[in-house]
Amino acid sequence: MSTFVQLTVTGLSNGAILALAALGFVLIYKSSAVINFAQGQFLLIGAYVVWALTIDAGLHWSLAVLGAVLVAIALGLLVERVILRPLVGQPIISVIMVTIGLAQVLGALVLIIWGTTPRAFPDFIPSDSVDLLGAQVGESRLWAIGLVGIALIAFALFFTRSRHGIAMRAVADDQQAALAMGISVRRVFALAWALAGVSAVVGGMLLASLVGVSGEISGFGLLVFPVVILGGLDSVLGAVVGGAVIGLLTAYTGGYVGGGLQTVIPYVALVLILLVKPYGLFGQVRIERV
Amino acid sequence: MAATTTGVYHTTYRGDLALRHTKLEYVRLALVLAVVAALPFVASPYWLTVLNQIGIAIVGAIGLNILVGYTGQISLGQGGFLAVGAYTAGIVATKTGVSPLLGVLAAVLATALVGAFFGLPALRLKGLYLAIATLASQQIIIWVITHWDFVTGGVDALVLEPVTLFGWTITGDTQWYWVIAGFAGLATLVGTNLFRTGVGRAFVAIRDQDIAAEVIGVDPMRYKLLAFAVSSGFVGLAGALTAYWTQILTWERFTLDVSILYLAMIIVGGLGSISGAIYGAAFMIALPAYLQQLSFRFQGDSFFVSNLPALQLLIFGATIVLFLVFEPKGMARIWQRMKDYFRLWPFRY
Repeated sequence: MSTFVQLTVTGLSNGAILALAALGFVLIYKSSAVINFAQGQFLLIGAYVVWALTIDAGLHWSLAVLGAVLVAIALGLLVERVILRPLVGQPIISVIMVTIGLAQVLGALVLIIWGTTPRAFPDFIPSDSVDLLGAQVGESRLWAIGLVGIALIAFALFFTRSRHGIAMRAVADDQQAALAMGISVRRVFALAWALAGVSAVVGGMLLASLVGVSGEISGFGLLVFPVVILGGLDSVLGAVVGGAVIGLLTAYTGGYVGGGLQTVIPYVALVLILLVKPYGLFGQVRIERV
Repeated sequence: MAATTTGVYHTTYRGDLALRHTKLEYVRLALVLAVVAALPFVASPYWLTVLNQIGIAIVGAIGLNILVGYTGQISLGQGGFLAVGAYTAGIVATKTGVSPLLGVLAAVLATALVGAFFGLPALRLKGLYLAIATLASQQIIIWVITHWDFVTGGVDALVLEPVTLFGWTITGDTQWYWVIAGFAGLATLVGTNLFRTGVGRAFVAIRDQDIAAEVIGVDPMRYKLLAFAVSSGFVGLAGALTAYWTQILTWERFTLDVSILYLAMIIVGGLGSISGAIYGAAFMIALPAYLQQLSFRFQGDSFFVSNLPALQLLIFGATIVLFLVFEPKGMARIWQRMKDYFRLWPFRY
């Protein structure tokens, strides 16, 4: 039982962070049909900027987070304007490759600025272990689940209550109709990239406080793919459910089966989902001949 | 069929199908062959190694371009398929005593089979979804290699003996240069000729408009799987050459980064162009090698030396982005434009 609780907490906390990363991914895909392979590097940059602002610059963590959010927004806007906009209407392979190239550039910049040494992340959430249903679980993991929950609720409110959020949903639904209603599609694309940057800062920060700041964080970005395929590439709810399922699946496989199987099981799941239900649990089904 | 300043005109189907249309193209072929033959005598040992890497990359890039550039099926699984080829050759070489030629054949067939298997999702998916499915195949293949110790040696390196062919032991980069150049030439020839056949044209038809292709009698299922198999066959050959040449295999050489490197080659070189695959392979291998050599010269400059891997990565990524933003059709298109410029000179068009 205690193993089960431990694994569940580990799985859910990883899954929550995955969900947040996947959310940024879905935002971009939903509004502009671009797959962002640089999501892992966004996480990495978010974590490093927070780390640098607290440890190097000595700022209070709340100011550091604010600073990182601003950096992420600037980065998202820059990427959208300079790199993605010239590629509107280009074949999918070009769009995929440009974000892959971007991932390499961002990864390299992080290496040049901060090097390869893993760093400890400042304790802005408690890292003691607590007793939960008879199992010892890391308090930071519970905090991660809670904080992601708050972030997701904030995003949900943004989408349902604010004008910008509703405009984004309109563009995602039908670009031409949105244009006709006076919504600036370009501004929505920019907003999507900025929000993806913000969600990556929160995700990267939480991930860093669980595993420390190092290049490994960007590897986490690849796990976003099983998540979004399971949930559906264009579904926000799907990102949340997918994150939880993939996180739990990985944790349970690691705990009960072992043998390194947990590193590959998300991808096996991915292939199976693609073969059975290509548009995921909540994705919009597009009927097309293949 | 003569080249005039306004274009190349064909009066027969034979002429239209010919590989080379003008006398100048024969001259160019002769020049290319002369350069290829002369290179090992002028290149330093360092660049000779790089040339061998380029030769292998050419085989792999042509294979990938058949799948991505000509058939329009995006694959992020190149690294995994290379690993299948390399490990098949390696296992055949270490566990059996058969001729390396059989090892190469086994690698080509095994990789074609694995490629076709992982191409199965292409029957239901395309575009983004297919790219993600092949990404998964990459991760799965690498996992199998690192975890099935009894077959592959797991995370330990697989070490091969030097290759002996008909009593001739191939040693040293110069001898290998000829072997690799031979295979690269063969791959180029097969690749070019493939698109003069019905199969090749079926691939292109599926890329351009799959529904129309089906209407004119091209079975998309069959030809998509065939494209995966043919492409992977080339990749398997590249993997086998890597195995025999380097004589040591580790899984780290076949990660997702390799898939990305190969995709970068065909993007930078030119999608849907055999010569583009060659330019791209040469460029993307030579560029980091050149930076590496620069770092030998800048020994005193500690920033350059200590950040070399990051700088290589930065320039690699920037190259991809810049090509896609400014010249999405790649180096093959630049070459074409240069030719047009001189052909039409002094007119602009």
